[in-house]
Amino acid sequence: MARFVAKHLLFLLLTLLVVSFLVFTLNEFSPGAVARKVLGAYATQEQVDLLTTQMGLDRPLLVRYVDYVRAVLSGDLGQSARFKAPVRDVIARHLANTAFLAAIAFACIVPLSMILGVMAGMREGSRLDRVILILSTVVASIPEFALGVFLASVFVVWLGWLPGTATLVAGGGWSVAAQLVLPVAVIVLFDAGYVVSMIRASMVEVMQRPYIRTAVLKGLSFRRVILKHALRNAMLTPITVIMLQINYLVAGVVVVETVFAYPGFGRMMLEATLFKDIALVEAGALVAVFLAVVTNILGDLAYVLLDPRIRA
Amino acid sequence: MTTPETLTPIAADVVVPSSLTTPRAGGFAGWRHLALVTESVPATVGLAIVLAWALLALLAPLIAPYAPNASDLAALARPTPSRAHWLGSDHLGRDLLSRILWGARPVLVIAPLAVLGAAALGSLLGLTAGYYGRWIGLVITRACDIVLSFPVIILYMIILAHFGSSAWNIIGVLTLTKAPIIARIVRGMTLDLREREYVAAAKMRGESSLYIMLVEILPNARGPLIVDMCLRTGYNVIIIGVLGFLGIGLPPPDPDWGGMVKDTYGMMMVWPHMALVPCAAISSLVVGFNLLAVGLRELGLRD
Amino acid sequence: MTDAPLLDVQGLRVAYTTRAGEVPVLTGLDLSLRAGEALGLVGESGCGKSTVALSIMRYLGRAGRITAGRILFEGRDLVSLDEGALRALRGRRIAMVYQDPMASLNPVMTVGRQLMEVPMVHERVDAAAARARALAMLREVRLADPEAVMDRYPHQLSGGQQQRIVIAMALIAEPALLIMDEPTTGLDVTVEAAVLDLVRDLRRRHDSAILFISHNLGTVARVCDRVGVMYRGELVEEGSVRQIFTDPRHPYTRGLLDCLPTSGRDKRHAPLIPIAGQVEPASARTPGCGFASRCPHVETGRCTTRAIALATVEDDAGHRVACVRVDELAQASRRRATLAVRDAQAPTAPVIAVRDLHKSYERRRARLAARKDVVRALVDVELTAARRRTLAVVGESGCGKSTLAKILTGIEVATGGSVTLDGIEVAALPVDARDRTLKRKLQMVFQNPDSTLNPSHTVGYAIGRALRRLRERAPADVPSGVARLLEVVKLGPEMAARRPRQLSGGEKQRVAIARALAGDPDVIVADEPVSALDVSVQAAVINLLNEIQAERGTTLLFISHDLAVVRYLADHVAVMYLGTVAEFGAVERVFAPPYHPYTEALLSAVPVLDPDAAASRIVLEAPLPRGDEVPRGCPFATRCPRRVGTVCDDVPPPVQQLDGGHRIARHIPAKELAARQVPL
Repeated sequence: MARFVAKHLLFLLLTLLVVSFLVFTLNEFSPGAVARKVLGAYATQEQVDLLTTQMGLDRPLLVRYVDYVRAVLSGDLGQSARFKAPVRDVIARHLANTAFLAAIAFACIVPLSMILGVMAGMREGSRLDRVILILSTVVASIPEFALGVFLASVFVVWLGWLPGTATLVAGGGWSVAAQLVLPVAVIVLFDAGYVVSMIRASMVEVMQRPYIRTAVLKGLSFRRVILKHALRNAMLTPITVIMLQINYLVAGVVVVETVFAYPGFGRMMLEATLFKDIALVEAGALVAVFLAVVTNILGDLAYVLLDPRIRA
Repeated sequence: MTTPETLTPIAADVVVPSSLTTPRAGGFAGWRHLALVTESVPATVGLAIVLAWALLALLAPLIAPYAPNASDLAALARPTPSRAHWLGSDHLGRDLLSRILWGARPVLVIAPLAVLGAAALGSLLGLTAGYYGRWIGLVITRACDIVLSFPVIILYMIILAHFGSSAWNIIGVLTLTKAPIIARIVRGMTLDLREREYVAAAKMRGESSLYIMLVEILPNARGPLIVDMCLRTGYNVIIIGVLGFLGIGLPPPDPDWGGMVKDTYGMMMVWPHMALVPCAAISSLVVGFNLLAVGLRELGLRD
Repeated sequence: MTDAPLLDVQGLRVAYTTRAGEVPVLTGLDLSLRAGEALGLVGESGCGKSTVALSIMRYLGRAGRITAGRILFEGRDLVSLDEGALRALRGRRIAMVYQDPMASLNPVMTVGRQLMEVPMVHERVDAAAARARALAMLREVRLADPEAVMDRYPHQLSGGQQQRIVIAMALIAEPALLIMDEPTTGLDVTVEAAVLDLVRDLRRRHDSAILFISHNLGTVARVCDRVGVMYRGELVEEGSVRQIFTDPRHPYTRGLLDCLPTSGRDKRHAPLIPIAGQVEPASARTPGCGFASRCPHVETGRCTTRAIALATVEDDAGHRVACVRVDELAQASRRRATLAVRDAQAPTAPVIAVRDLHKSYERRRARLAARKDVVRALVDVELTAARRRTLAVVGESGCGKSTLAKILTGIEVATGGSVTLDGIEVAALPVDARDRTLKRKLQMVFQNPDSTLNPSHTVGYAIGRALRRLRERAPADVPSGVARLLEVVKLGPEMAARRPRQLSGGEKQRVAIARALAGDPDVIVADEPVSALDVSVQAAVINLLNEIQAERGTTLLFISHDLAVVRYLADHVAVMYLGTVAEFGAVERVFAPPYHPYTEALLSAVPVLDPDAAASRIVLEAPLPRGDEVPRGCPFATRCPRRVGTVCDDVPPPVQQLDGGHRIARHIPAKELAARQVPL
């Protein structure tokens, strides 16, 4: 186990280094560019040169990268040009909002897709299976912004039951809870569609295994066969994928946040990118990759806990 | 309900004459594959949708009633669907039907091209990683993992914001980000296939590694590869749409489905059809690709 | 015991729905089984024997359907039972043991829980009582340390132990009927012998009736009272073990027995006689006898117009045959073909000489384990193969026989020692480093017909590519070369256009042989080339290999776990155990006393058809030692029935040289061994 953790931590470190270096290089493609981005198009060349020297941007890339890593390690992520605040605070605030949305969505996705996936896969080819398979395929095929438009046109435009934005500021007669319904629904529909088909496929495969035949021919009830013998085996393959959804939910919901004007991490990244807020983009990318690798490790861990063959 | 396409005869005792399961050589191979596709309802529906869009895109210059960027000032006041504008017009008075038809063209070029690129690059990486194993394999796998661990949308935002967005840049970015996924699949299959006895036989008659990878191994990985390429094409369509929606997609004014939604989304409360029409277009195309993938997988499982 | 049979299958018809339409698999099967009786069901793959088992369990999947007939069990018709009633029977009154025990056990559940589940579900006993029952049952199936086994997961047990668990799970509810579907297929021969022994023993104690399904006639003879022979979904002959094996009446049964390399047969004296033709698909059924198209005694009209029912043989109670000509066929008209007797004894120069060969691997114990084991696959291997002769390497899984093949062929390289091929040192020469002539000299035929040919390539391409690479044939000459090679392996030239999935197992193996012959090799290494084939096909392929050797003077290195085939085919034999050569010599010397105790155990484990085969058998109860359990001395010491003392554990046994180049590695002097052993 110690070896497992050590190996993964090493990989985490390696990934963070590679990614931070790539993003750093990309952002500072040419020495003048950063200062130009900071000062905007109307600054004179002298101003740009001055700032370049002030920021130490004329030094070699590798030296500046080492400085940057040193600063990051001491907790200094720099100042956000877009939000006029320390990057650390900006990220913390938006990440907290997104984590809130992600937690609700995750709590819906996991049970929903397990139930639907198992119900579909336990009798491959049954009417229920066909319906779930086709529905989940269709739902997972609709881009999030389109899902948002479809749901909004029904529940906001036509029925007027829900607000069209989720700014997390109660207003216009809508509570925060009502604001969250549509973003959560879009995320859950889009993502669960994918997870359901994963679990279904795994379940279908497990149901064809000889040990399921053994269980049935032992005289167990179908319910017991599913719950005691099939379920845990069927979760082995998808568990890693399920854990990876955390990653998507935190860093990948840019679109949903944009559709509903939700002040989350993804939209922050979009704004930072469009505004060329380099310090924020760099730090945000690091956070996103950190999350991705950690969820990867969590997925592997969950797999190890479920499968005795690997624990050995 | 037991439709014929969902049967899985798994009994060891069934001996089916080979002449029935596999038609003897002869005739155009493509027709046989097409006939096979029609055995699955999802595959048939999916293929029909995709082919229909391909045809519409191809014929867009002939069948589109208006030029895609032409404004009809008369329609500005009342943009809803009418006899003149079957699907209505947008906030600038441009005919939605024409824009949808023209908008299908870039998507149906970029998405498959990027998938082909990703399949070529990914297959090469996956074959190399799987066949050689050891440190080459480890390096490739790790590199792929790093690319995969990066949230794609954020990656697109960073790269496209820096290099500007053009069709070629989008194809390049999509190729680079999808190749690791394909590489992972091909590597998994290669790890299995390289242990087959026919690979040993090829080694024993002195075949080169390249021959073994491309001629002995790759053709036997084609089933899952084709299914995945269908899925990837669908996801590429989504991503192209998302990029347009976020404002970092294909540059205006030429019609782009995602961009059309972005431009008109703010008018949802007044003119919902402006956003609904492109959303329906993109959704139906992705549904087509994904149904095709589901159907093909189903057919493949029965072989 | 009442007169009514426990199980009475009447006119059972089962069909599977496939893409090609409805395929009948059972076409009117009748059989019955009295309480406590053991009936063996034998037949080749595709004959429907597994479908019989699954029909009784009513577990045919969604594609299978019982179209007619009744299955009476304890007076009730299983065909019309509902799910609830079936559940009450399954596992309690009828239990099943399956072919692949590893796959049949739930990998994420301890075997204890899987065992306890049966009494807990069926008899509603509490966990403590169920545990006691499970422990008692584990003791009964002779598993060492049952307490510890209860908490193990299936992957932590050996194949033999897993099958004992499955048997325990089946018997724990004291079922009236036990169905065993190929229960020992895939197990090593010594493990198989121990499991069969256990089944025989448990049968006596539990008084369960057994339906024992197997393709291996020998295993059936060991366990059963009666035997039913199936062909294309029908029972063609049924009788006591003695009736079937000593006085077979149906031409198919006779053909089947003629294909078996039973003891006493070898290629010089009593060659195998394969059955002509091949099994036709079930969908191509014609009225009349299913065997008609392959039967040497067929009479068009009588045999081919209407269905033929089982009828009792005159003066032979309980012996039923489905053949209209049964009375006309002479009672023991077993055919005996004779081939020219070849002088096998003349010594020839060795083609392959292996000396002090070592091979070890490093292997991690589990995915997350830090420690690596050094697995010693080959230790001090020494043997020679004579030109134009067949050297058989025989042993159970893990004995190193396949590793030896891989080193010979250059797919792997040795870690020490020497292998010479026609005087050229190849032990450290990987296949890439061998030149064309060397590659041509040695080609290989593989084990698995489904993986030996690339499914994406046609037969013609596979053979043609070998011709071009190994013989530098111009592309224009290739088709004629392919046709000639196909002719050598007795296949028509039209085969060249086919793809592997259009071929039967036997055809695939022939194509593989043709591919190996493309370079006109001096040596063919054949790694278990017939073990995946049905007996009738196996006989034909063995004969083919034999003929090729006679005509081309090829040296054959035949790797096998099947002692009957080895005894039949080989000129010289090397018996391997855990990477060492236990015994080496001419076949008639190795298979006669004095034996190495391991050879003795192997020979005694081979299931024989003789119903009178006595009990003087050696059963190895101890499992194969794992990597770190192999003793420093004799590797066989942990299981040896003739252990002499600690010397076996600590001192590697000396190699004793006997007459005619016969070598045995063991501590007991040859004379002493010879005195104690009987010929097997």
